[in-house]
Amino acid sequence: MMSFIADLQQYQFLQNALITSIMVGIICGVIGSFIIMRGMALMGDAISHAVLPGVAISYMLGINYFYGAVFFGIVTAVGIGVVSQNSRIKSDSAIGIVFSAFFALGVILISKAQTATDLTQILFGSVLSVRPSDMIMTLIISVIVLLVVFLFYKELLISTFDATMAAAYGLPTKWIHYGIMVLLTLTTVASLQTVGVILVVAMLITPASTAYLLTNKFSMMITLAAFFGALSSVIGLYISSEYNLESGAVIVLVATILFLLAFIFSPKHGVLWRSLRTKKSKASI
Amino acid sequence: MRKTIEVSHLNVSYFGNKALKDVSFSFQTGNLIGIIGPNGAGKSTLIKAMLHLIPTDSGNVSINDQPIKNIRRNIAYVPQRSDIDWDFPIVVKDTVLLGTFPNIKLFRRPSKADKEWAAHCLEKVGMQDYATRQIGELSGGQQQRVFLARALAQKADFFFLDEPFVGIDVASEEMIIDILRDLRDEGKTVMVVHHDLSKVEAYFDELILLNKEVIESGPVQEVVRPDIMSKAYSMDFNMLQQMGAHNV
Repeated sequence: MMSFIADLQQYQFLQNALITSIMVGIICGVIGSFIIMRGMALMGDAISHAVLPGVAISYMLGINYFYGAVFFGIVTAVGIGVVSQNSRIKSDSAIGIVFSAFFALGVILISKAQTATDLTQILFGSVLSVRPSDMIMTLIISVIVLLVVFLFYKELLISTFDATMAAAYGLPTKWIHYGIMVLLTLTTVASLQTVGVILVVAMLITPASTAYLLTNKFSMMITLAAFFGALSSVIGLYISSEYNLESGAVIVLVATILFLLAFIFSPKHGVLWRSLRTKKSKASI
Repeated sequence: MRKTIEVSHLNVSYFGNKALKDVSFSFQTGNLIGIIGPNGAGKSTLIKAMLHLIPTDSGNVSINDQPIKNIRRNIAYVPQRSDIDWDFPIVVKDTVLLGTFPNIKLFRRPSKADKEWAAHCLEKVGMQDYATRQIGELSGGQQQRVFLARALAQKADFFFLDEPFVGIDVASEEMIIDILRDLRDEGKTVMVVHHDLSKVEAYFDELILLNKEVIESGPVQEVVRPDIMSKAYSMDFNMLQQMGAHNV
């Protein structure tokens, strides 16, 4: 532990990694809370995979991978909407079709565009190679995501809980949906370096699900999800640097352990108390 | 200005199947209006189409000569219970508070006055003791009362309720219909999708009998006649009423 803190003070790259992964943990928790309550967990997985061709094309064009990734993320969100609304294809199938196609395209393009980054780095992340420019990018994305959620919290809450009422009183629920897709894409792009394409979905879903088991208030769920996301990042980064393990994978496993603790011990929704309550009520009968 | 709620030539289809055929009717505002008809008659579709919650093929809807989109904030909608995620992390008092959102400006949060008003609405439906319960912990009737409180919190003039009496206890049903009557007496317009034919005459002033098209609409005693009802329901109407017709 002490050596980790000493390393932190000594090495700039470790500081960058820590700050970046904390920010990513926070925004993944926040956006993840909306994603899981809207039943769009699969959508998070889809967008994270589908940004791959965008990353490849950005390398080819010599521009920041952010632009290409955001472009493909939004194309995917719209594409999924078009396929599921204009045919009898159900939305989970539409998601599967669209994202695997983009992911396949991305795999080919990345191998052609091999320059600074290789495929493994994008798939699994490499938080220790975060450059200051990436950190700034993550910071900007985090500020945007948190600001939008703060400003439009009322509208986001009601359209997530009861989209019909939201539409009935005149909220543009379709645009809110695409707005969330844009935030999701931004969050995904920010997470590429920390946990990589494949494991982004875990950072979106797992801390938010942990929080979901612990509270009956949505704003509290968002706060807790952000906290668990950040906590997973810090602990995960510490373990991975101490034992020289893949950082993204360790962060995800830490998030999973936190989830398991909540799953078992949550006072309201954990399996332990639930089974004790059932036993009690059986005994009283 | 005429005080009416008017629907003309409304057509709705799902993937090529007609759900509503040329639906037209008009009512004075300030009435308690029931929408009845057999399963699959398009009752819920009608109120969703009226509020433009689903796409329509053609048709026109106006309230007091205004298109719906001009008066949206003045419309409170209570969805079917099956449309709600009862596991959502929200407690009763916060659910009612959502009813104040349509009248709160962008970027603003509910004020203390909004919270007090929501608490008052919760009292009106007799649910104040459950304020901090998660909504999934309530019975069906309690859930319906909470959603009615949410609609009351909106201070709307027009109320649309989709099957509010399905699967709820008698006490809740009586309380809800009393509140709807009070709203009507205050001059509000209440439209209710309804199932149970045995109570139609007791509950509503006006009625729309629907079976994809309007079979009949008008004052309740003019619609609830065996010869008219049997046009919509294939069974004998007297038999339907005796059975209570909960699941027709």
